[in-house]
Amino acid sequence: MLGYIIVIGLIIVAAMFVIGAYNSLVRLRNQVKNSWSQIDVQLKRRHDLIPNLVETAKGYMKHERETLENITEARSKAMGADSVKEASKAESELSGAVSKFFVVVENYPDLKANQNFLSLQEELTSTENKIAFARQSYNDQVLFFNNKIQMFPSNVIAGMFNFKEADYFEVETQAERDVPKVDFGD
Amino acid sequence: MWELIRANRRKSIALFIVMGLMLMVLGYLIGEAYWPRGGGVGGLAVALLVWGIWSLVGYFAGDSILLKSSGAKQVTPDVHPQLFNVVEEMKIASGLSHMPKVYIIDSPAPNAFAIGRTPEKCSIAVTAGLLAILNRDELQGVVAHETAHIHNRDIQFMTYAGIMLGTVVLISHMFLRSLWFSGGRSSRYRSRSGNRNSGQGQAIVMVVAIVFAILAPIMARLLYLAISRRREYLADASGARFTRYPEGLASALEKISGSKEDLKTANKVTAPMYIVNPLKGKGKKLANLSSTHPPITERIRILRSMAGGAGYADYQSAYEKVHGKKSSVLPQSALADKSAVPVLIPGQEEMAGAGQKSSRREFGDVVRAVNQYLFLFCAGCGLKIKVPPEFKKKQFPCPRCKTQIEVPLAEMATVGAVLESVDQGRQETQKDYDMVYRRKRSEWESFRCNCGKTIQLSPHFSGNYLDCSNCRRKIKIELPQI
Ligand SMILES: [Zn+2]
Ligand SMILES: [Zn+2]
Repeated sequence: MLGYIIVIGLIIVAAMFVIGAYNSLVRLRNQVKNSWSQIDVQLKRRHDLIPNLVETAKGYMKHERETLENITEARSKAMGADSVKEASKAESELSGAVSKFFVVVENYPDLKANQNFLSLQEELTSTENKIAFARQSYNDQVLFFNNKIQMFPSNVIAGMFNFKEADYFEVETQAERDVPKVDFGD
Repeated sequence: MWELIRANRRKSIALFIVMGLMLMVLGYLIGEAYWPRGGGVGGLAVALLVWGIWSLVGYFAGDSILLKSSGAKQVTPDVHPQLFNVVEEMKIASGLSHMPKVYIIDSPAPNAFAIGRTPEKCSIAVTAGLLAILNRDELQGVVAHETAHIHNRDIQFMTYAGIMLGTVVLISHMFLRSLWFSGGRSSRYRSRSGNRNSGQGQAIVMVVAIVFAILAPIMARLLYLAISRRREYLADASGARFTRYPEGLASALEKISGSKEDLKTANKVTAPMYIVNPLKGKGKKLANLSSTHPPITERIRILRSMAGGAGYADYQSAYEKVHGKKSSVLPQSALADKSAVPVLIPGQEEMAGAGQKSSRREFGDVVRAVNQYLFLFCAGCGLKIKVPPEFKKKQFPCPRCKTQIEVPLAEMATVGAVLESVDQGRQETQKDYDMVYRRKRSEWESFRCNCGKTIQLSPHFSGNYLDCSNCRRKIKIELPQI
């Protein structure tokens, strides 16, 4: 009799542990998803802004076909990415192409004086910043989640229910440094 | 992060208890001094009642009162897209769940504050003067500091501690004033009503009450200031962490401190809410004791000494470096966060010297937008055109390229007809420019700026001026003579 009670008690305790660990894994995975959607919004915004930018710049930058083509190409590559790993690579290439573009723009004072261009530049700068800040909090969430998956005893539950580690959203440091800066009030 | 907020709350509660005791003792003593034997309880009740009413008003209407009295107007993103962008960036960086409302104060004095009962219902207000003199990175620094106040739950503390301080000051002030005006009469009344002994005891109570009424506001103020100044340091540190670029805030503070303008809508009660003390003229001598803010030069020096990184530990060691001694300025919970926060390296340094002239134009833009001007962009050349609310024509030719521009009349009131454009409407004098270049032909051509930088003009260039990308000289471009 006593043996049965002990066995049933152990089963209940084990079940409660599994449920608790499972729920906390789900919660963390949702947080990771939620943080990712924050970045995703900004990435989409950037994809929307770039055609306008290229269109505005085209008339002024006749001699920079290559630069403009690079941006368009990097954009379509980034839009085609369907995993975080792929996206982070493509998006950092896109960041690089955009910042190269803004360096070239320095040689076109008439383009720099165009108000449409200036507001596009501000939007793009801000979107780059938002991506960088959102990336920070996404990566923090991924760190929590992956730690939970790797550490005992929650790793057992993670293995049972097939929880997979999330990918970090990484950007080359160079691209991060080249975030375009805008001149206020020009 | 939650640790930090909790530590803040513990300190606030300790402060409230000490200040609350002060208020109660003050009320009791004054009651006893006026109505001997039993008046103390009445005085205590009156003090608590005054404080309770003020707190309720502060809770329900504190933010709207401050926003209204400072002349702040809530604005939509199109009035100043960059300000909205920067606020949203800091919302993301600090992890706030809601976007703060954005207000602009129509004043040339550069300043900013944040206000709100909960982090979900917060507002950030900046003056038009601030927008005029700061570049993007600096604006981001200031907004980061204000967002940090929201994030660290400083605003509620500032509001309620300010109200408690205000109550102590008010009650002491009223008591001392009433003595000044009716001192003689009340003492005569007292000596008739009681015997000699109680009269003597009464005199002692009166003296104690007077001394306490003089000292309590000073003590309460010092207590309040000590903690509010610490919160300024903490907001600077959090701001640097959010932006990962301490230089932005440092350079903003430098520009703000260089301004001679007083913010006319600020007063003693609202002063602690601002990023820098808006009342410059007053209380300079007692700056160290009576200032709600740490000296600006010191805040700048600390931010600029953050060499290693933009984290809390970096701020703490920068503080120690500036003061030359070990002393903790940030709560332990903030320093427990050991993660390395690298400082961003700005892509281009050129904006540091952005000219004042273009800024002044921007200041006008902001003020006009706050006053409901409509901004239209020419489809042909991109020129930004300001249309005053009184304009009533359906369309007009662009002043620069003559493309017809449609005016969405539904958005505007229709009285009068004045057209003002950014470039043409302004009184142009030679003094506005540092250099003049007359084009020889309308093809590709290049010329040298006085600083030696070669500037290229394309056939499409249709502007009136350009800024040299090297020395920021404003160069007027005149059309070729035909
Ligand atoms: Zn502050
Ligand atoms: Zn035009």
